[in-house]
Amino acid sequence: MSLTQKLINDGNAAVDEMLAGVIAAHPEHLWRPDNAPRAVIAKHGPRPGKVTLVVGGGSGHEPTFLGYVGKGLADAAAIGNVFASPPPQPAVDAALAANGGAGVLFLYGNYAGDVMNFDMAAELLEMEGVEARTVLTTDDIASAPRDQRGKRRGVAGNVFIFKAAGAAADMMLPLDEVERIARHANARTFTMGVALSSCSLPQTRRPSFDLPAGEMEIGMGIHGEPGVRRGPLRTANEVADEIMDAILAEMDAPRGARVAVLVNSLGATPLMELYILNARVAERLAAAGLTVHKTLVGPYCTSLDMAGASITIMHLDDELQRMIDHPCDCAMFRQG
Amino acid sequence: MEFTAEDAKGLFAAFAARMQAERDALCALDGVIGDADHGIAMEQGMNAAAEAAKTVEAGTLQDVFNAAAKAFLNAVGASSGPLYATAFLRAGKAAGARPSMTAGELRTVIVAMRDGIVQRGKAEPGQKTMLDAWAPAAQAAEAGADAEAIAAAARDGAEATRQMVATLGRAARLGDRSLGHPDPGAVSASMLVEEICRAMRG
Repeated sequence: MSLTQKLINDGNAAVDEMLAGVIAAHPEHLWRPDNAPRAVIAKHGPRPGKVTLVVGGGSGHEPTFLGYVGKGLADAAAIGNVFASPPPQPAVDAALAANGGAGVLFLYGNYAGDVMNFDMAAELLEMEGVEARTVLTTDDIASAPRDQRGKRRGVAGNVFIFKAAGAAADMMLPLDEVERIARHANARTFTMGVALSSCSLPQTRRPSFDLPAGEMEIGMGIHGEPGVRRGPLRTANEVADEIMDAILAEMDAPRGARVAVLVNSLGATPLMELYILNARVAERLAAAGLTVHKTLVGPYCTSLDMAGASITIMHLDDELQRMIDHPCDCAMFRQG
Repeated sequence: MEFTAEDAKGLFAAFAARMQAERDALCALDGVIGDADHGIAMEQGMNAAAEAAKTVEAGTLQDVFNAAAKAFLNAVGASSGPLYATAFLRAGKAAGARPSMTAGELRTVIVAMRDGIVQRGKAEPGQKTMLDAWAPAAQAAEAGADAEAIAAAARDGAEATRQMVATLGRAARLGDRSLGHPDPGAVSASMLVEEICRAMRG
């Protein structure tokens, strides 16, 4: 089997070389401590008295996670290897470098590796006298049944959940409140995706899984993990309908409710296809009597070079709408 | 037969060489039920562990294991990082702050590694994880089995994960779709047990 074509130098150096490029591109937004090259900190945002919001996870999902570090959103991100949780030390370094003295909230996707590493980081911070709490994102409705929400994984809904928690912290709310709002945002955010092709890791340059031509994987994760089932490739409207049927059934929003929408590329799927999906998403939401308050369309939480897309709907209330509308200024995401 | 701190360094070098050789095969196994990176994580982690172990000067067995644990964790993260780092720390404690032990005492190292993995990962046997190779190996070691039998127990344990449905870790979200495929973490674990058993035989 031939190797996939990538613009890299050395697969093992890909993450560090990417980070060097990110810092070179965004010196106004991001910096790294000299002794902590895998901790990316916001230039503006962290300040005394403010809860420190630290996100993080494996690389390969850009602009998640580092793209959402900035004023009004996350204070710092801990960066792992491709699709692998960072070890505890970068998370500790990130929290301490951005520490505002009002406590730390770790907010990241629910994966066994991330939980072990961030829990070890929280223990290390407690030893330094820094209070650290954790909220796990679990927005992927395809990854476990509804009554096992706590087992679900966190995927593109991270963008809205991070946004809500980041706004709460930027409003100088106390740790209890920032944690509550993060949990509330997570509980009201629902995502499902489909993959049309495999991604390949820079270290292996081989497809991570085998997806025959003419087929798609439904309920795909953002690391190339298999989804809930495999089926023939269908039209954009049919895919949007299947996803929206599942999300609307779970969300249980009354007519007249407001939502935020994210139609996300997993990496290789172009904007044209995302907007085609979004046309159907908008129709379905209108038919359900729901008002679209905000729509994001683009590559917000990717899976390297995977083709495919996910749809995220956040069921807003007044509080979450305020958080979503709050201004932010990050390297890869700005608002207001 | 003695197992010295130098031998411990050699054991980590053997781990690294084995993971390097098996990297792509482990990634391919992981691609079926996971995210295809297990071989990469194990190779990177063991390379870092072997390098760190090598630089320990005039240290005890525990010093070598501790250095390897820290290096493995910082190189990898992921789930294998905390699990193997904790396993190596426990192994170091079992081996002790002494320059050498008998090779037969490597049985206590296998048992301690199992204990560390349970402590950190909170898995139980039968959940289709690396524990399904470590647990039978540790049981055999506790019973005083010879090196061949301990390695065979680990291999059989890894093979038995084929018939398990994952209920912990990333593959748990697959449900029945994980059936029929061995757990890559259990397969790499059985390889590490084989290397320890090779050291036990001298």
